[in-house]
Amino acid sequence: MKILVTVKQVPDTSGKVAVNPDGTLDRASMQTIINPDDMNAVEAALALKDELGCKVVAFTMGPPPAEGMLRELMAMGVDEGVLITAREFGGSDTYATSQIIAAGIDTYGVEDDDIILAGRQAIDGDTAQVGPQIAEKLHLPQVTYAGEIKKEGNTLTVKRMLEDGYMTVKVKTPCMITCIKELNQPRYLSVGGAFEAYSKPLVTMTYETLKDHPLIDKSTIGLQGSPTNILTSFTPPQKGAGMMLPGADKETTDQLAGILAAKHII
Amino acid sequence: MAFNSADIAAFKNVWVFCEQRQGVMMPTTFELISEGRKLANELGVELCGILLGDNVDGIAAELGEYGADKVYVYNSPLLKNYTTDAYTKVIVEAVEEIKPEVLLFGASNIGRDLAPRCAARLHTGLCADCTHLDIDMPNYKGFLKEASTLPEERIDKLGTVMINREPHPVDRDLKMTRPAFGGHLMASIICPRFRPAMATVRPGVMKRRLCKKDVEILHPEFNLTAADIQTEVTEVVKAAKKLVDLIGADFIVSVGRGISKDVEGGIKLAEELAEVLGGVVGSSRACVDAGWITADHQVGQTGKTVHPKVYVALGISGAIQHKAGMQDSECIIAVNKNETAPIFEVADYGIVGDLFKVVPELIESIKAAKAAK
Repeated sequence: MKILVTVKQVPDTSGKVAVNPDGTLDRASMQTIINPDDMNAVEAALALKDELGCKVVAFTMGPPPAEGMLRELMAMGVDEGVLITAREFGGSDTYATSQIIAAGIDTYGVEDDDIILAGRQAIDGDTAQVGPQIAEKLHLPQVTYAGEIKKEGNTLTVKRMLEDGYMTVKVKTPCMITCIKELNQPRYLSVGGAFEAYSKPLVTMTYETLKDHPLIDKSTIGLQGSPTNILTSFTPPQKGAGMMLPGADKETTDQLAGILAAKHII
Repeated sequence: MAFNSADIAAFKNVWVFCEQRQGVMMPTTFELISEGRKLANELGVELCGILLGDNVDGIAAELGEYGADKVYVYNSPLLKNYTTDAYTKVIVEAVEEIKPEVLLFGASNIGRDLAPRCAARLHTGLCADCTHLDIDMPNYKGFLKEASTLPEERIDKLGTVMINREPHPVDRDLKMTRPAFGGHLMASIICPRFRPAMATVRPGVMKRRLCKKDVEILHPEFNLTAADIQTEVTEVVKAAKKLVDLIGADFIVSVGRGISKDVEGGIKLAEELAEVLGGVVGSSRACVDAGWITADHQVGQTGKTVHPKVYVALGISGAIQHKAGMQDSECIIAVNKNETAPIFEVADYGIVGDLFKVVPELIESIKAAKAAK
């Protein structure tokens, strides 16, 4: 049994975000982080490893510097990393991305008692599409929005969160589960782990590695293989400055209430 | 003939996936039917709902109130509770058979599970969590002139894109606009080479519009057996606590990190102000992450998008992710100790001060103003 976790290195959009004059994101000037929901997936994998002693393998697709993220995850306890990287894979939308990652996972090998974990969504695109699309390409059942995962033999019982409650779903391995932040509290990397990280195996999969896989075709990967295209990207206009009311006492609040009443807002 | 998503001319009509839970239509469905009606009119085609469930004919007729021409209903005990496998199979086979050119889903926890799976199986494009949709080019350009900082001459020139080195006119493509990078950027996405063009649409953003039609209810044949479903739903539980209805509220009073010195007191003040206004309490992500308030109150990129008549932000600094969820409110009032807080950039009325002092006075002022009417 092993657990495969898909992770993504993303620009940290919680800090200052730089936008180029043409309306695209200035990625070079931004910090990168491990996508937050993916950290919950990694934690869920490591918690299962603590309990069952299974191997945890992290998969990512991205430019070569994403190796640093894989090493960080190894310092937390991940056993092995797979970096999928090639110029041919650049410009992929969610359809093409899941096609490539599914090919990578399939090449690595999925056995009957394996579990694939992913974060619900990445903060750069917020699509939540790649997890389910990988599952589809691998013909595996999926359970998304996992708020709790229990394993008994080859059956997982997942508390699948809904906006107005939850449903309990049972699924057998192999399967794909996507994780939300309510699932757990990710651990910190340990000092010992940081030393070990660089001696753990890291596999690089390039276009050459994957090109003969049935999912990989020029018409299904990269910019050319992406069904969606960006027509325009733009920044929204800043709203005109409002009215700052003088002071912060009863006179101020009376003035505000007066304006709201005069405008029939209250 | 085998289904081919690239045979664009074979596809016609706009479809909306009509999400129901426990036999009750999700409110977003009506928003999508209204929006779908607009798109179908622009394309000059029919608007159809696709509704899956167990004995759900009774709720199909309601869709005619918002402009559906037809509803394809699929009834089976196997469709009573949502499962990815059953719903994907039925929808994909219906699309392969009937071939709609546009397929919309609500971006709910179910829509966002189902739509990507369908798109991957159909080999077509999907755009997540859209906040604006257009077919008609003049309408789209008008939207960009309002909602973007792009120069007018650039907007006027839009019309074709290069797809694999060939010019492609986008007149009949669905233009799917959505926030990216936590709301810092907006992008309009198209799916020029495949059909159906698929989108999940953010709940609460599209407006419901009554538009009565004599809706035709159809029951196409379909194949579904228990063996098609690899997961088992053992229970569906509604949250015991009544969740706050942020999307339907006219008045929202939200709290942020500024309540940290007295969390309970701050929330109590917000509740009192909300009660005087006749509204509900919202919050920033910081308060939810800190465990001060439950996640159903969260406004913003990862919470709810709201556009109430009045949004009062108490002690909220106004991170872009929060602004993305509330900046379209009709009137925004901000109270913050820090005069440089970014929330004041979107506020119609700002008060620089301690919310614990300002809010009690504001409650009295509003009570007095209401009493004077």
